[in-house]
Amino acid sequence: MLSVLTIIPYWVTKKFSPTDHIKLNRRHKLEPKRNLFATSGGITAAGVVIGVLAPLLQKWGNPGNMGICMACFERDVAGALGLHRADLVQYLRPEIIGFVLGSFVAALSFREFRPRSGSAPIARFLLGMCAMIGALVFLGCPWRVLLRLAGGDGNALFGFAGLAVGVGIGTVFFRQGYTLGRTSKQNYGLGLLMPLVILSFLALRLIYPPLPNEPKSGLLFYSLKGPGSQYAPLAISIVVGLLVGFIAQRSRFCTMGALRDLILFRHWHLFLGILAFVVAAWATNLALDQFHPGFTNQPVAHTQSFWNFSGMLVAGLAFALAGGCPGRQLFMSGEGDGDAAIFVFGMIVGAAFAHNFGFASSAAGIGPYGIVAVVVSLLICLYIGFTNIRRVGE
Amino acid sequence: MSEKVDARGLSCPQPVLMAVSKMKELGAGEIEIVVDNEVSRENITRAATNQGWGVAEVKEEGEEYRLRLKR
Repeated sequence: MLSVLTIIPYWVTKKFSPTDHIKLNRRHKLEPKRNLFATSGGITAAGVVIGVLAPLLQKWGNPGNMGICMACFERDVAGALGLHRADLVQYLRPEIIGFVLGSFVAALSFREFRPRSGSAPIARFLLGMCAMIGALVFLGCPWRVLLRLAGGDGNALFGFAGLAVGVGIGTVFFRQGYTLGRTSKQNYGLGLLMPLVILSFLALRLIYPPLPNEPKSGLLFYSLKGPGSQYAPLAISIVVGLLVGFIAQRSRFCTMGALRDLILFRHWHLFLGILAFVVAAWATNLALDQFHPGFTNQPVAHTQSFWNFSGMLVAGLAFALAGGCPGRQLFMSGEGDGDAAIFVFGMIVGAAFAHNFGFASSAAGIGPYGIVAVVVSLLICLYIGFTNIRRVGE
Repeated sequence: MSEKVDARGLSCPQPVLMAVSKMKELGAGEIEIVVDNEVSRENITRAATNQGWGVAEVKEEGEEYRLRLKR
């Protein structure tokens, strides 16, 4: 499979990346490193593959326009573990397990597993919480913004606009010298912590599988109705998760980075990935009869445009300040990045807060404390942004 | 004598921001940038190409990469 994955980008481009022609110092290394996934063809191919797989996951059982949604899946994991008790959204999503382990395997295979941490962990945890709270006001992460667009959900246009504005505000902070500081190298055992935590999730899922008409199986909570009750078979979810994790680690696929690099540097590279993703998902939806254009009666969505915009603005800003979309944070956590792992746990705890305290939206509209949550989350992001503007090296 | 940029321990987009800002500041010449991850190496190489600079050399030293950009 590895060789097939490696050759796909070559078919698309018929050439190697400029990085392949680097004259490497022969005293240090004889062969240049070739990462074909990091070429324009590579990131496009990655977007196409993930864009086809996501709607297929919906066909195989996942909720509408939610073939892949990092925020929704982490929220469901929080529910499965009983961190919140919203009974419609409880399922220990195996895709999350696959994303981290797929990236872990890719990083190990290509000597990119580098345990590192120590870059403002508390700020990253809070940014994770804010990102999740914003995402749950919109009802989806940036991946789902794109999938909702690809499924014809017009409300996602406001989400996408909010995401772009949020990331745009983030780039202003970066231009002013915003940084959360340098990471430092950690020992191997520390880098293995996140993959081990994820393996323990897998163990829980295997030991306590869903039981017919039972809301609980051992330690895990399960939904009997609603999005949490809709899922693809375990093996399919894990295999697709592993594949996506592997491809995304190699290609550096990042939905936030796509917008950030375009705004900050006018670099189209990552944007090609999300463009390919949305076009492939749209085409797959058409083929599967899952494309239903409109604003009303869209799956797991509400029509309050301003809050769709605002929720995603907060999430976009939080992702930008933390240096990666929720998917990229999961993939980096698999590479040994402890700060990304902390962001992921911030998101899971943020989901628990969102559902315990009425921040999260539902199909009926925003939650009773959704507006307060958006304002407070925005203030937290701005505080972190302003207080971390400094010269690098200070 | 090349200008030096130390982007170790930093993640996207900071190494690229530092590299691009140095390239714009100098206009032409030689810059040596140290990074400690593969993603930054790829991103800086791409950014240098976009800015009309070339990557003259990449040394891999343990877990670090030393890139020499030239124009």
